[in-house]
Amino acid sequence: MAKKNAGSLVWSLAVPVALLAIWEAASRAGVINPMILPSPSAVFLRWVAYARPARPFDPAEGTYLAWFFSGELLHDAAASLYRVVMGFVIGAGLALPVGLLMGTSETVYRLLNPLLQILRPIPPIAYIPLAILWFGLGNPPAFFLISLGAFFPVVMNTIGGVRTVDAIYIRAARNLGASGATLFWRVILPAATPHIMTGLRVGFGVAFIVVIVAEMIAVNNGLGYRILEAREFFWSDKIIAGMISIGLLGLAIDTGLSRLSDHLLRWHRGIEVGK
Amino acid sequence: MSAMGANAPGAGSVPEPARPAITIRGVTKTFEAKDLGTVVALDGIDLDVAKGEFVCLLGPSGCGKSTLLNAVAGFSLPTSGSVKTDGVEVTAPGPDRAMVFQEYALFPWMTVFANVAFGLEIKGVRRGEIKETVDALLATLHLTEFRERFPKDLSGGMRQRVAIARVLALDSPVLLMDEPFGALDALTRRNLQDELLRIWSEWKKTILFVTHGIEESIYLADRIVVMTYRPGRVKKIVEVGMPRLRDVSSPEFNKLKRELTEMVMEEQRRHAEAEARLATAD
Repeated sequence: MAKKNAGSLVWSLAVPVALLAIWEAASRAGVINPMILPSPSAVFLRWVAYARPARPFDPAEGTYLAWFFSGELLHDAAASLYRVVMGFVIGAGLALPVGLLMGTSETVYRLLNPLLQILRPIPPIAYIPLAILWFGLGNPPAFFLISLGAFFPVVMNTIGGVRTVDAIYIRAARNLGASGATLFWRVILPAATPHIMTGLRVGFGVAFIVVIVAEMIAVNNGLGYRILEAREFFWSDKIIAGMISIGLLGLAIDTGLSRLSDHLLRWHRGIEVGK
Repeated sequence: MSAMGANAPGAGSVPEPARPAITIRGVTKTFEAKDLGTVVALDGIDLDVAKGEFVCLLGPSGCGKSTLLNAVAGFSLPTSGSVKTDGVEVTAPGPDRAMVFQEYALFPWMTVFANVAFGLEIKGVRRGEIKETVDALLATLHLTEFRERFPKDLSGGMRQRVAIARVLALDSPVLLMDEPFGALDALTRRNLQDELLRIWSEWKKTILFVTHGIEESIYLADRIVVMTYRPGRVKKIVEVGMPRLRDVSSPEFNKLKRELTEMVMEEQRRHAEAEARLATAD
């Protein structure tokens, strides 16, 4: 088993490592202008500098832990994460009840669906001017844009999940005496959970895209802001270091959500739960 | 269970004062189908099922046997006529007429225990009592080791055992079964048929059982109601009258099987002709 894992690790790393080696060699040979594309080693050093605390540890300034987390990268990551989570909670928090209502009530569905279909194709980015007009600068317009981005995938998947609940479960539940709220909470909602979880994951992905854009316009920290700032100074190495940080953070979040989803859906046919 | 019901199982004769468990009078069901126009699924069905009786509805697909079962369950009410259970008109589904589906219809997000407990929770039974009842049922159906498993981890036969435990938990006098063993392999099916007969005689249930399996119906039923292909009518009611457990290779069994096969095949031919007519009409 361990041997197999080591083997698959070699396979999955082969192409990235080879690309990095060629890139590094080309940079060192002077083939590529470092302003346009810095070498991998330069990016790495810049990333370390970005992540490291700016000043050496001084007990007078606070605890070791506070010092350790005083680096720019961790502050930016925390700021971005805070915006994503706030926006996501607002967006998904509105989308879930709306989606559940639209899924269960034909009347609500017919009332709200046209509006939803008109608004859905408008990318959140198109709301940027209005967001600034309505909410000014700082976090509020970012929350607004992110929640918009998260709202639609969650609402659409929730409606779909509720409307496609297999009729046999409802028949069985009614036969066992369930109705009204019991039918909804104990049967319809759990049956729709696989769809809802998909919506939440997609919604979080969109929220993560939107946060980077939102940070480029209205705030002065966060990973998105840092990339734009680096551009002003032609720090290509820092731009790439920022991009990599975004990628790592996104991967970490999605892995967490996927774990959560596997746990909530451990009953689901498609998922094999490891022993 | 009532003392009156206890007289009936297996006997085939109904004590005079007993009210039938199920009374079906003049039940007709029509529906509109896109390419068929008005379809008469059921046409004037009359049938009484005595308390503790085991009745099979037998016929080819399209004979309306499931439609009739759904009318008794209250899932889809008849266009005209009436269905009464224990003298009360059926207007909606209810736990007094528990149904076992061919597709099992277990809730996949609930463990075996939670599936069986669900009906009792709805009734508002105390937790301790639920646990006692469900654990006893799981033991009866040899499911104890699977108590905390999810349905996806069980075989078809095991799932159907859970579905049976789930309806038994409700202690409903009437069990409705819609081709419950249709998706199982032959050995598992026989095993569950025996299990069902054991439960039926021990618990004094009234069972209305839909099947297209001729052998299955002879093996299980007190009476077999053979139905006609569209419009669905009662073609013939056959009393089986052999003692249980029945020997499927006995001459008596095979004689009845031949007779029933002839009747069902006649309806099957009408079904095939109708399909062919429909195909050429396109």
